[in-house]
Amino acid sequence: MITISQTLEAIRNSSAEEVVNQSIDRIEGGKFKTFITVAKEQALEAAKGADSHSGPLAGVPVAIKDNMSTRGIQTTCASKILEGYVPPYDAHVVERLKAAGAIIVGKVNMDEFAMGTSTESSYYGPTLNPWDPERVPGGSSGGSAATVAAGEVPLSLGSDTGGSVRCPASFCGVVGLKPTYGVISRYGLISYANSLEQIGPIASNVEDMTLLFNVIAGHDPRDSTSVVGEKDYTKALVDDVKGLTIGVPKEYFSEGIDPAVEKSVWDGVRKLEDLGASWQEVEMPHTKYALAAYYVIAMSEASSNLARFDGMRYGLRLEKDHDWHTTYSEIRARGFGEEVKRRILLGTYALSAGYMDKYYLKALKVRTLIKQDFEKALKDTDVLLAPTMPTPAFKLGEKISDPLTLYMADVNTVPINLAGVPSVSLPCGFSEGLPIGLQIMGRHFDEETVIRTAYTFEQNTDFHTRSPEVV
Amino acid sequence: MITTKDVEHIGWLARLKIEEEQLEGYAEQLNSVLGYFGQLDEVNTKDVEPTYHVLEMNNVFRDDEVTDCLSQDEAIGNAPRTQDGYFKAPRII
Repeated sequence: MITISQTLEAIRNSSAEEVVNQSIDRIEGGKFKTFITVAKEQALEAAKGADSHSGPLAGVPVAIKDNMSTRGIQTTCASKILEGYVPPYDAHVVERLKAAGAIIVGKVNMDEFAMGTSTESSYYGPTLNPWDPERVPGGSSGGSAATVAAGEVPLSLGSDTGGSVRCPASFCGVVGLKPTYGVISRYGLISYANSLEQIGPIASNVEDMTLLFNVIAGHDPRDSTSVVGEKDYTKALVDDVKGLTIGVPKEYFSEGIDPAVEKSVWDGVRKLEDLGASWQEVEMPHTKYALAAYYVIAMSEASSNLARFDGMRYGLRLEKDHDWHTTYSEIRARGFGEEVKRRILLGTYALSAGYMDKYYLKALKVRTLIKQDFEKALKDTDVLLAPTMPTPAFKLGEKISDPLTLYMADVNTVPINLAGVPSVSLPCGFSEGLPIGLQIMGRHFDEETVIRTAYTFEQNTDFHTRSPEVV
Repeated sequence: MITTKDVEHIGWLARLKIEEEQLEGYAEQLNSVLGYFGQLDEVNTKDVEPTYHVLEMNNVFRDDEVTDCLSQDEAIGNAPRTQDGYFKAPRII
């Protein structure tokens, strides 16, 4: 894996164009199928001006998940329905990256419309895990995490609706943050479940993740849920946890957890205790209902958000138009993949007359209880520690055939999105050569304590120094 | 229980054509997932307010000022079918 400082040094020793060119060579020669679109021409053109750019990421190659709009670069959401769509504008995060001098090298693979935990539902085929190409990279931001793990780029952006940044970060042994809802503008992010999702930074270590986060976070009036204010998150890069109280929710170590994952996470808790933090168990009794509540809400919002894909303004269109209903229904049937259709159908059902109170409204009330669990648990503690995923990366094809089995893998990540709190995943161990992720959660808008805890853990362990053999 | 007839109806509501031979499979999968959702019934939510939004936000207002926007060409640039600068949709009636 490569860091920002290594990249900036390489730029000083040669040029941004050279460094970007090398990054694109690694992407094009890579064997993990991380990208959907490589923007070689645009990237090399942009790199020409980067040597004299004064931004913090001047000349640094960045990969963008394919559900964020990039002006002039195809954006597909890994779906057939958006094949060939070239946005006429940049997402807010892309504008901020360009202003910081970063070079967009292309668009990385994902589960179709970010609906998945393995990146296997992409219309363009699955991405492979660089630690073991027979295994999934996690999802839905699988390309984002795998490209960083494979050392193709130092930085990438993912999006996290129910764990889609943290799961692949965990499976690929990199660092990924889901910020507090509202901290990063969603302008230009193609919506899946808009009350749950946030864009999140991915990097090979906590410092780089924080530098990237610092660039993309901040107010944007074009997203009405974007909160006002700017912070310098790099001030939270402090190697000290003395006086911090860690909460460990036992519900996150539920049945089905891999013993190696359980041990690594507890070793992480004890490591932080050795470094001066204290810890206590906390109770989050509604955790077991989070998965059901999450999927009801996510599918309901998806059924509404994905109504816009009808082949009129962009995307797939049939050769011949029929009547209005037939045309729309056929375009959508041919353009969407199986999992997307399933979620649209379930969401439509959950919102339909007679069932709305039973499913949607009920799930929103359970969401309130889950949010209150977090408020109570974080009243006497500063952060919560838990496994990101109950297991290391599973094999390609192992879970994709049964939707419910795949949903269960999200058990430890979805509560965070329901509550809207920040959470980071970083490597805390290995099991038979596969990375294990530690999840650190905090209070709303307290990314600083989450980052400080993650940074301290990382500075005093060496898990982040390991890279997969990619050649 | 969701029947194949229900799946067809939901498909119609969602503007998703479901092929005859897929109805059974969808009915089975939808029933399995909805069965799992049924566990929400166990939770006592009496007097609990729903959370539509995690942040306590009200309407956000801005001044009604003209700003830059896409040109008509850019706006219709991705449309598969256009006519005279407009999106062309199938006839409705």
